[in-house]
Parts: sequence; structure tokens; C-alpha cells
Amino acid sequence: MKYLAKDNSKCIQCGNCETVCSKTYFKEDNYEKSCIQINKEGDPEINVCNQCGECIDICPVVAIKRDKLGVVRIDKKICVGCFMCVGFCPQLSMRQHDDYIEPFKCIACGLCVKECPTGAIYIDEKSDDEARELKLDEVFRR
Amino acid sequence: MDIKKMRESHKLLAEYKYELGKIERGYANRTLYVNISDNTISSKPVTETMKEKFVGGKGFGLWYLWNATSPSTKWDSPENEIVIAGGPACGITQYAGTGKSLVCSISPLTGIPIDSNVGGYFGPLLKFAGWDALEVQGKADNDIIVYIDGNKGVVTIEEAPLEAVDGHILGEQLTEMYADNEDDKRNVAVVTAGTGAEHTRMGLLNFSFYDPRRKTTRLKQAGRGGIGTVFRNKKIKALVVKFSNVKGNLNNAYDQSIINKTGIKYHKEIHDLDHLQNNMRKIGTANIIEVMDEYDLLPVMNFQYGSHPDTEKIKSTVFIEKYITQGVQDGCWYGCSMACAKAADNFTLKTGPYKGQKVTVDGPEYENAAGLGSNCGIFDPAAILELNFYCDTYGIDTISFGTATAFAMECYGRAIINKEATGGLELNFGNFETAVELLHQMSRGEGFGTVIGQGVHRMKKMFVEKYGADADFLFDIGMEQKGLEYSEYVSKESLAQQGGYGFTNKGPQHDEAWLIFMDMVNNQLPTFEDKAEALHYFPMFRTWFGLYGFCKLPWNDIVPEGNQYTDEPAKVPEHVQNYLDVAYGVTGKRLKVSDMIRESERVYNFQKIFNIRMGKGLRKDDKAPYRSMGPVTKEEYESRQERYDKQLKEIGYHIEGKTTEEKIAQLRKYREDQYEQLMDAVYKRRGWNSKGVPKIEYLKEIKMDLPELIEVVKDLQ
Ligand code: SF4
Ligand code: SF4
Ligand code: SF4
Repeated sequence: MKYLAKDNSKCIQCGNCETVCSKTYFKEDNYEKSCIQINKEGDPEINVCNQCGECIDICPVVAIKRDKLGVVRIDKKICVGCFMCVGFCPQLSMRQHDDYIEPFKCIACGLCVKECPTGAIYIDEKSDDEARELKLDEVFRR
Repeated sequence: MDIKKMRESHKLLAEYKYELGKIERGYANRTLYVNISDNTISSKPVTETMKEKFVGGKGFGLWYLWNATSPSTKWDSPENEIVIAGGPACGITQYAGTGKSLVCSISPLTGIPIDSNVGGYFGPLLKFAGWDALEVQGKADNDIIVYIDGNKGVVTIEEAPLEAVDGHILGEQLTEMYADNEDDKRNVAVVTAGTGAEHTRMGLLNFSFYDPRRKTTRLKQAGRGGIGTVFRNKKIKALVVKFSNVKGNLNNAYDQSIINKTGIKYHKEIHDLDHLQNNMRKIGTANIIEVMDEYDLLPVMNFQYGSHPDTEKIKSTVFIEKYITQGVQDGCWYGCSMACAKAADNFTLKTGPYKGQKVTVDGPEYENAAGLGSNCGIFDPAAILELNFYCDTYGIDTISFGTATAFAMECYGRAIINKEATGGLELNFGNFETAVELLHQMSRGEGFGTVIGQGVHRMKKMFVEKYGADADFLFDIGMEQKGLEYSEYVSKESLAQQGGYGFTNKGPQHDEAWLIFMDMVNNQLPTFEDKAEALHYFPMFRTWFGLYGFCKLPWNDIVPEGNQYTDEPAKVPEHVQNYLDVAYGVTGKRLKVSDMIRESERVYNFQKIFNIRMGKGLRKDDKAPYRSMGPVTKEEYESRQERYDKQLKEIGYHIEGKTTEEKIAQLRKYREDQYEQLMDAVYKRRGWNSKGVPKIEYLKEIKMDLPELIEVVKDLQ
């Protein structure tokens, strides 16, 4: 499955990735509206969804699904804005901003990769075995 | 059965079109009135006075019920109503436990108002459809459903002859009937009772929600007080609401941001702490089965004992490992990260009309495991699940059924009633086959099941009159008060909890106060004044949930880190603040804790005076069965002899050479006297006189001196 991989040691905290992400999806240069977020103080830490899929099982309306490429996506038409996925993301990478009633997250589009001057972020593949969501058919023993 | 055929056989009795409204700060500002006698439907405005005095939810329900009924109204009088109301916070999706409906009616068990708090999607969808409450009055000639289409703005009353009555089937049928497709099913919510509700006084209401993973209609219960009986007596088969565009901001909150922040903070807390604390996400309220046993609080064999070696077989981990599906989102409304609405999937039924079928059992909640299990001496998890399933689908309250069956089992064991009385049923403790047969009899309307279905209060009378039973003894062991069966906790060693049960408005249900740990385990309430303070604060605090549409469980079934270091851990101060923040976020009202208590005091005292108006709200009605206070029988005393002997010594009674009977009598004198003293202290703290009547000056102080209330209490001052 496809995901945005990272190497904290290469990050120089320039914030280019945040700018391109928030501008692309929310037409605004605002790191609070960026799916990828870089801490502003201390050693660099890149916070972004690793597509683990834990949020899939949390959603009460099944608005979160994994697409064909393995990317975890929210269907905002279905979402009822409960923000449980935000509270339950083990990476704290599911985002919420008060201007919107749905959460948002990295979809591994890779636009930020192009803007990163040091190659600290890159699109990569990992094994499907790393998907953490339940297999519902097995759960209910249908 | 073909859904299309069912729908085609509906006969339209009334249709009402309305403008789709807009919710402002949690209020739709109008309520829906449906009369099924003359088939009229109308809209009523929500006044500022209603909001100020009654807030919403249970407050609105009681207010409408008061206006609809008179002192002579009986549960089956046409003017009795069923009122369902959510409250201003109902339908928020960001905080856990914000989808509750409060249901009010005059109870067939107690003859006074009952209120029951229930999840499922009906309350929120009703509000989004444009209504803060639904009032149903009258009686239909034939089975009807009321359908509210919140997308189109149409309400109809329709005769519905072909659908099933049992909750689990009817819920599926109507969800299927009114949803456009699979994805639309979660936008339909159904209220049903069941066949057992028709033949007993302990009928419940099932509130549905569609589970998109299990692809089945789940049921939550408005269990207490027999509202399902009223429902079927009115010939209502179901109430259905549909609303298809749920989003997180439909309440048009005053400040959505504070709700978001508070909600996410709470979700994180559940994520981080639940598995270290109560495992609510794994097993729901049933997590406490073994805890109650450990503290001698689990009712065993009609509340005679508080623990049993066989509890091992029904402890929560057994259900987790063997029966309850793990890991799926089990909230009874969107945004409930506590997710306690657990279910056993693919459960094969062994008895009854659905024998052999694989079903989803909604439960077990603690009360079911204790009431249907240990209290009836049944220590078999599969038996508990089967009883749980049939109670729900037949529309029978698990608590009243458990407590009433336990009472009958004890009477049978003591030869107060025999096989002739039970119609040949072997009614001994532990007999699952008999217990489940009683339920099937309730569904069919025959046999001893229908006797148990009358509840403990009426059984006592019948056993005295028909079988010459000793009335005093039955009063001691029959665990009911005001006509309602006790819920499933042994209160013998906690005086505060005896009051927590005994001084309730609707009857002995623990939703007003659960003080056993504070009182008995942690000894935080040493004096009468301390107990009285707790018996003021907690009932008021808990009443507040029902005014706004909140669920009580997320308040203290998990606590924030560091809660034990706060001034008052039992109150969970950080969570109280969460509620004040969320209520502010929705309504724009900045309340302090004292304001919150005041809002509840108004409605609480209104309900109290309502009881008095109905002839049951005075001191004598707060008298409690001695089994709730101490050992009635020799076996009970001797099973915990050390404890009771110790207490007798502490109060200066010389136990040497005394028989058990003498000791029981002495202990009883002491404990009953304590209960009376507690009553005095609590009444005083609550602003009531020694008769249990709210004082007029107090009603003035809380701004609840409405002329119609003064009229009821003025001669009782
Ligand atoms: S948002 Fe969080 S929980 Fe969801 S896939 Fe990404 S890292 Fe996992
Ligand atoms: S916020 Fe939306 S996507 Fe996230 S869990 Fe709630 S409904 Fe699902
Ligand atoms: S805690 Fe349980 S009962 Fe309360 S709202 Fe959540 S799922 Fe429903």
C-alpha cells in the first residue's frame, strides 16, 4: 500500500510541505489546515498519516475506507463530523479544523514531496499486512 | 414476508404537511402533537418559559404529560401520553453520549409518571426532522404506525396490519420499508414494543439504530416502568422517523468550536484510558459483574445475597472471550467513543418461536446479567443472552422481569406458592427453562408468565389473597417500591444507597443516585448530613443529563488521569466541566455547577409534585422493603453473621446468648431507624417538609412556584 514515508533526520523545518498541502486542499497558506505538520520547536518531527487504517474501524458511519492503492480516505459526504477518528488516531495525524465539520488527512498525493528541498518525505510502498483495520467478514464469522 | 405487500396494505388515516424548520442553538422550537383517537396532528411552539423552567428532554416530557392528564388519569386512559424528547444537546455528534431520548408516560406499574432514558437514533433524527418532542395521545382502533418524514416534511398515521409486533423483526421490516437503499438505512429510526408488552405491565420500548457493519437493526431499550405496555394498549405498532442528511453541525450550535475541542479531548481520553479502567469499549456496563460480586453487591436469588461462587461463570471476561463481538464501533449514537452498546452476533436461540435462528443479541448490560442471571440464580452466559434477547424482542423490561421472577422463585422455594399456582412450572432458582418459558408465556398472553408480568407489587397482593401468604413477609422480600421493581444492586450495607433507591421520584432505579462506593467502600459520607448532601447533589446532577439529552455513562464510567487527586473525585470535576462547556457550546448559556443543579431542581420538584397530584409522593410512599436494608431471614443473617454481629456490638447491643431471630430484630430496629433519620435529613436538604412535600418558600426560591404546583402542595405544608 502507498503511503507518505518520512525521514525526520533530513527535515529542516522549512514548512514548504505544509504550505503546499493547505493551499492545495483549502486554498490557504495555513499549517493548521495541512495534513502534514512539522513541529515548530525542538528536533524536527514530521507528523503525517502512515495509512495504518485504525481510523477505519472507529468511524460510526463507515465513511473511512481504503482505496485501491491502499490509501485511507474519508468520504466527506457520509461523514457526520464526530471526530472520533481524530481522537483515536495513534499517530495523531487525523486533522480537524473548526472551519470545517469534517476531519481531513493525508492521502499520499505526493505534492509536498516535490516541494521538500531535502528529500525528507517521499512516496513509498509497504506490505498490505501492515493494514490494521478489522476484516469484518471474519469478525462476524459470516 | 414481502415488505412491498406490507406497505401496500397500509391505510392512511391522517396526513400532515409541515415546513422543514431550522434548529437554532439546539432547539427546533416546536413540538409535534399526534392524537391517534381522532387522527389529528399539529405543531406546538416551544415557549421561552418552557425552556427556562424545563430546558428540554424529560422536562418537556413531564410538562406535556402534566397538561394532558388529570389526577384521575390511569395508565390506560386515552388521555395518557407517551412523550419522547431529546433536549438541546441531543444530536450533537462530537461528544460521547449525546443522542439520548427521554420518554415519559403514566406508568402501568406505578400509576405515576415514569421517565426512561434511551439511546438509538430516534431522538436526534426527530429533532433534525424539525421537532423537539413528540407527544402521542389517544388510542387507535387498529394497529397503527406514525411516520415522520423529515426529508419531505410529512407526518402520517397509517394502519399497519401485516407487520410483526416483536421488536427485532419489526425494527428490520420498517427500516427496510422506509429506507431508499442500504446506505439510507441508518437514516431511519424505529420505536417498537413487542408481543410481551401487550400482556404484562412491564413492557418496554425498543429504539432502533442501523448498524452498517453488522447490516442489522440494533435495539436500545427505554426499559423501566412499562411504557411499552402503554404503547401497545394504544395500539401503536411503531413510530418511525426518517432524516437523511445528518451532519455534525445541524444543531446550529452557538459555539461549535468548544464542542469540537471538548469532544476530541474526551475521545483521546477514552482511547488512552478505557482499557486501563473499565473496558467499556470491550464489554460495556457488564464490566462490573465480578466487581459487584467482589463487594457483595451483586443480587443473588432475589437480593438475599451479594455474591456467589458461580459468578465466575458469568464474569465479564467470559462474555468478552466467547460471545461479544470485539473491535467494532458500538455507539448508540454517532460520536459515542465509549461505545458500550455491545452485541453477541450469530447467537443461536435454543427456545421459543425463533428457536434455531442465529440472531444478534444487544447486550448484555450489567443489569441484564444481574437481573436475568444471578438474581434468578442463573449462572450461565448463554442463558442470560437468550433471556436478554427474548426480553428485548417481546418488549419486556429485563430489570422488572428479573426482579419479579426472582421474587416468585423465592416464594416458590419457600412454598408460599406451589406448582398448582405456577401452572406446573418448576420455579426454582437457577431454572433457565422455566424463566424463558415465562417469557414465552408473556408473549402468548397465558400462564404464570402473565402473573409475573403484573410485577411484584400486584403479585404480593395476589399471593396474600389467593394463597394466604404472610403479607408482612412478602412486603419484606418483595423488591419493589411505588410499584416499580428494584434495579440490580444490593443496598443492604449502604444506607445512602437505600435512600438512593427509596427517595426516588419514579421508583427504585439507580439512575438518580449510585452512592454505594462513596458510602460503603470509601466511607466518604459518614454523617446524615453528608449523605443528605449526596442525596441532593447526585440526583439533581443526574437529572440534568435527561434535560439536555446526554447519556450518563461517559460522565463517570471513565475518569480523566489525575481524577483521584481532585477535591471531589466522585463528582469527576473535569467531566462536569466538559458538560458545562458542551451545553454552553450548544445553547450559549454559560452555566455554573450551581445553575445546573438549579435547572434540575425545578424539574425534579415538578415531578415530585406530579407524583403527589397522582396520589403517591409522600413520606409513606418512600417506605422501602426491608430486604433493601438488611437481612430478612435467618439464612441471610447467618451467611454474613460476622458483619452483622459486629454492627450490633458497635451499637452497644450484647449479642452473647442471643438467638439469630433476636439479633435480626435488633438489627432491623436499628437500620429502619437509620433510614427514617436519613429521610428527615434528605427531605430537609431537598427543601421538603417532613411529609416529603416541597415547601412553598423553597419552590419560590427555585422559581418553580407555578400556580398549578402551589395548588397541589398548599394544603400539605
Ligand atoms: S489517520 Fe491515523 S489512524 Fe487513520 S490511517 Fe492515518 S495514521 Fe492510521
Ligand atoms: S469524523 Fe467523520 S470520518 Fe471521522 S469517524 Fe467521525 S464520521 Fe467518520
Ligand atoms: S455510553 Fe453507551 S449508552 Fe451511552 S451513548 Fe455511548 S453507547 Fe450509548
